[in-house]
Amino acid sequence: MTATTRFNFLRLAGAAALTAALSGPALAQQPAAPSGATIDAIRARGTLICGVNTGLAGFAQPDSQGVWRGFDADYCRAVAIALFNDANRVRFVPTTAQNRFTALQSGEVDMLSRNTTWTLSRDTSLGFDFTGINFYDGQGFMVKRSLGVNAARDLNGATICVQPGTTTEQNLTDWARANRVQFQPVVIERLEEVVAAYVAGRCDAYTTDVSGLAATRSAQPRPADHVILPDVISKEPLGPLVRHGDQRFADLVRWVHFGLIGAEEFGITAANVEEATRTDARPEVQRMLGRNGDLGQMLGVDNAWMARIIRGLGNYGEIYARNLEPIGIPRGRNALWTTAGGLQYAPPFR
Amino acid sequence: MSDATVDPRFRRKPPKRPLRLSWSDERVRGIVYQVLVVALIGSVIYWLWSNTVHNLEVRRIATGFGFLNREAGLPIAEHLIPYDPTDTYLRALTVGVLNTLKVAVVGIVLATILGTIIGVARLSKNFLVSKIAAFYVEVIRDLPLLLQLLFWYTVMQGLPGPRQALNPVEGVFLSNRGLKLPWIVWEPAHTAALLACVVGIVLTWLYARQARAKQYADGQPRKVWPAAVALVIGLPVLTWQVMGAPWQGDWPALRGFNFQGGVNVSPEFAALLIGLVTYTAGFIAEVVRAGILSVSHGQWEAAQALGLRHGSVLRLIVMPQALRVIIPPLTSNYLNLTKNSSLAVAIGYQDIVSIANTTLNQTGQAIEGIAIIMLVYLTISLSISLFMNWYNARIALVER
Repeated sequence: MTATTRFNFLRLAGAAALTAALSGPALAQQPAAPSGATIDAIRARGTLICGVNTGLAGFAQPDSQGVWRGFDADYCRAVAIALFNDANRVRFVPTTAQNRFTALQSGEVDMLSRNTTWTLSRDTSLGFDFTGINFYDGQGFMVKRSLGVNAARDLNGATICVQPGTTTEQNLTDWARANRVQFQPVVIERLEEVVAAYVAGRCDAYTTDVSGLAATRSAQPRPADHVILPDVISKEPLGPLVRHGDQRFADLVRWVHFGLIGAEEFGITAANVEEATRTDARPEVQRMLGRNGDLGQMLGVDNAWMARIIRGLGNYGEIYARNLEPIGIPRGRNALWTTAGGLQYAPPFR
Repeated sequence: MSDATVDPRFRRKPPKRPLRLSWSDERVRGIVYQVLVVALIGSVIYWLWSNTVHNLEVRRIATGFGFLNREAGLPIAEHLIPYDPTDTYLRALTVGVLNTLKVAVVGIVLATILGTIIGVARLSKNFLVSKIAAFYVEVIRDLPLLLQLLFWYTVMQGLPGPRQALNPVEGVFLSNRGLKLPWIVWEPAHTAALLACVVGIVLTWLYARQARAKQYADGQPRKVWPAAVALVIGLPVLTWQVMGAPWQGDWPALRGFNFQGGVNVSPEFAALLIGLVTYTAGFIAEVVRAGILSVSHGQWEAAQALGLRHGSVLRLIVMPQALRVIIPPLTSNYLNLTKNSSLAVAIGYQDIVSIANTTLNQTGQAIEGIAIIMLVYLTISLSISLFMNWYNARIALVER
């Protein structure tokens, strides 16, 4: 009858899908089922279904050919290579901040690789398992250069644009309360609309994770007109997550990430991985690349899994450089632990 | 009807056929089919419910409404009751419900006025007026509402920033932060004056009823308006004077990023209200036009033959008959306007859908969140329906 119905269907589709899926026939991913049911289901299907962002430059965004590009998208591909030896066996499902959890809970997607902050409540009461932190982020503010603001504390009395339904909103109020800053919120759900409101001057500032701010700024016609303030007001450890209860799949996703970090640490790149597999004498590298031991089989894949991932996508540093450095996000805290200030660290491969 | 007036022959029930337990008896078949249908629907609902509960348990997803007492921590720009992010989710949701009611109530009143004007204009004998009204109705009805809302919001954002705000009259500022109007510093005297105004309206209504009763008795019309002016305007002014006549202006002024003081109409609320009102008015205009056209022309002529003035004809003869046709579809339009207000989240007005969605996202209680939204709209819609049906019954044709 009206436009509402269509719009509301979109909005409520997530919840409807949850209800439908939860009340549908018992799904394959139950703790009651043997661990590894997710991997079996993915193998039987022949593709990995991966929930990503609806479009955030550098993390997950379709290019002009409709191919999903970005840091998060490459993590999906890495898992697909481990399972199928084929980076193309992934179906990307765009999810919003609002419906992403429902999509994972209901089994609509196998995993989420979607700028999602690891929090205690999400790890427990929502029924998820976070598999690691592939991006250390923090919430910040972006303002127009013409405003002449140099620090977040100067935003007292300002109007701030924010998207609903994420940790961003709560961090903003917590920060304002702690610093006795008054602000007027403008809460708009769609990324395009909230950015448009900020650009049009409806808000003085736009707040989200710094990586998101950098992505938004890079997409502006004149990026230099916008300043990302130095203040970072929260910890946003982002990483892939899977449904709670299937340890084998969680282990696989977790060690794909550690493998990418480890490869960078040992200096193994897409260019030299062939040679390293043949000639590198370091025992840990030999175990990682599948020349010795059977670490891959312990994860339920073949032993050359990591070598194939690096051949296809490069190591962590290469994935980062390809996707995030072009839009102006420096390595910063996401550098390896061997550099000053770096936090990325992988447990040993043995 | 008392029993005394009923013809005694009708008071005997028709003789009952004995119920034969056989498939050929249609009453037995009817009962069996109905039992089967009820059992089927019941079992489907039970199956959905138990499966959902089971799967939620298996996935370790917490359920229940306990989260309503947790601290919300979400910012809300517009609230009719005091609200702070440290309040509970329950209070945040209450703010959302009030925001929905605010836009729905104001929207229904304005859409009714605008729709009636356009509906009557479309019946005008003036070619230009009627064609403009017809064009308006066609264009507005044929475009999706969401598009219109986004259009209005974009228009609002096209206004200059607060530092270059338009200032047409002293104390009034129009910018992309909204419309700032001067207001008064609210004191108890003003509350008392407002109460006096309500009392005045009630007294006026009672007085008018009495005047009408007297007119029915002796045929002499009595003037009501002097008493009405005295009660509705005089009484509040007198109250305010007695309480010391406080009058201190609260003028908006640019301080820092934005205007301080005065009263603010936010661009989000304005865009939503303008969008809903202009859109729904297009539908209401057609309803009003149909209602007026449904009254036969003979009624007009007969009323004029009695010597009634044009206004009296419309008020006493035509409108009561037209309303019987207007009210049922008008109810539908009121319900549509209320439900369409859920599009608010697209343009940043925080209604119940916006706040409930944020809540379900932060707590993960999707099923409970959707249930709350459904309950709120169901309550509002049923209230509107009940009221309009009562009103419809009151003005319906009394058949004797």
